Amino acid sequence: MRLLNYVIIGNSAAAVGGIEGLRSVDKEGKITVISDEPYHTYSRPLISYWLEGKVKDSNIYYRDKDFYDKNKCETIFGRTVVSIDKNAKQVILDDNTSVSYDRLLVSTGSEPFIPSISGLESVSQKYSFMTFDSAKEVKAALKKPQRVLIMGAGLIGLKAAEAIADKVSSLTIVDLADRILPSILTADAARIVQKHIEAHGAKFILSQSVKEFRGNTAVLSGGDTVDFDILITAVGVRPNTELISDAGGKVARGIVTNKAQMTSIKNVYAAGDCTVSHDVSSGSDKILALLPNAYKQGEVAGINMAGGKAVYENAIPMNAIGFFGLHMITAGSYEGKTHIKKSGSQYKCIYYSDDVLKGYILIGDVSNAGIYTNMIRERIPLKTVDKKLMFESPRLMAMPFAYRREKLGGIKQ
Amino acid sequence: MKRVYVNEEWCLGCHLCEYYCAFQNSGESDMVKAFGRDEKPVSRIRVEDVDGEDGIHFAVSCRHCDDPQCVKGCITGALSIKDGVISVNEDKCIGCCTCVLSCPYGAIVIDEGKAIKKCDLCVKNGNGEPACVANCPNRAIVFEERG
Repeated sequence: MRLLNYVIIGNSAAAVGGIEGLRSVDKEGKITVISDEPYHTYSRPLISYWLEGKVKDSNIYYRDKDFYDKNKCETIFGRTVVSIDKNAKQVILDDNTSVSYDRLLVSTGSEPFIPSISGLESVSQKYSFMTFDSAKEVKAALKKPQRVLIMGAGLIGLKAAEAIADKVSSLTIVDLADRILPSILTADAARIVQKHIEAHGAKFILSQSVKEFRGNTAVLSGGDTVDFDILITAVGVRPNTELISDAGGKVARGIVTNKAQMTSIKNVYAAGDCTVSHDVSSGSDKILALLPNAYKQGEVAGINMAGGKAVYENAIPMNAIGFFGLHMITAGSYEGKTHIKKSGSQYKCIYYSDDVLKGYILIGDVSNAGIYTNMIRERIPLKTVDKKLMFESPRLMAMPFAYRREKLGGIKQ
Repeated sequence: MKRVYVNEEWCLGCHLCEYYCAFQNSGESDMVKAFGRDEKPVSRIRVEDVDGEDGIHFAVSCRHCDDPQCVKGCITGALSIKDGVISVNEDKCIGCCTCVLSCPYGAIVIDEGKAIKKCDLCVKNGNGEPACVANCPNRAIVFEERG
């Protein structure tokens, strides 16, 4: 049988999932990985740890140095794919060369959204914070302490803030939302985290946007001004979907795939932050730009590309993150009834319906949180668990004896 | 493959497995020394019990899942699976707790400010049988092949 030609666009978590998925089925087919970045696969969430100095250069890589060799991958780095020719089954690169495929995986991720603000071009030092290169640029810019303004109090903006907090002369974070981390925290929970971050020298300006830049002065919607030396833009990301939409594939904010991660274009698959997922906790389709999600989608795509069978399901929003030593884990949807417990910087809110756990926010003590995550993903009926025990803290004690016997004892019913 | 299984009915709730696990992973040759030092050794197994209630106790440690959510979700690549055994590269782990978020059993142990800890079946430091199993007085934790 002729060896199949697999081409993967992108080189992050979804691409690595794709490679490992492919190789779990097809040990011999040819894999070509194409990335516009010049690096061995690295972990994007680690760029803030690298900038902070908590992760050394050699540990930013997501897989070992021999990863491509071991998986028999050819790499084309530093080249951008400009289009997909679905009829000729090839991708066209920015140097006008082409690479043929039998099966293609589009794992192009997302890119920073840069808002159009009057005068933005007059800012001399401005950076985003998504790539290893952007982290290197910020590091070089902060050789001596400067005044930093971060636009966006989301996950990316605040991880950048944590990384540079002790390298700046002042740190101001502005966000249009009325709270920090609006995508994962409620107002109550956000206050706790905000206070903790403020204690490390960051100043927040919320419910306001930058209306205009006058050189290195930001004019806010409320009329105040903030002077700064360095601007970091982290207001959001947009999925890289153009390759698929230009080729006539279906896109609805993100690339639309079926459960096998196949796009509407034959032999073309997609995975990761550029795609739409089905969130089972809310029942809605959304972009779940999370590393675990990207990896698992990529793996499912890879298995199917190689002729195996796999589906990606039970996806939910979920995040584990921390700032200055304060952990938080959140998952699912914040709807239904609530069970709240709060003391100091410890916070817990569980969301549930009559039937199932819908979501949760844990701040501080996050031990064993995955027991809750599993209940949401697997839609374990609440009536089968000891609700009082389970809400007190995540534990298997609250699960039925038969569940423990199977999971811990290895004895199926 | 051989795994650690729990016979819940036989667990006395003595927590000896936790002590022996922590000791085995402490790098010390003497138990008193291991628990006497400032940096307390951390157990990779935990016993769940509810004080004063109907006497249910059981130990929980890594199941070494065939479809490991912790490995697939690990943002650094520190968790990996080799020959069915899931282990953590402590030099790479940043303690972000994405594995704590992902593990359905609560089998990942947080070691504040350090790499997470988890059971590796004592493959790195044991002598064939995991320490929790070897030191369970009532055979409530066993190391064997089951379905």
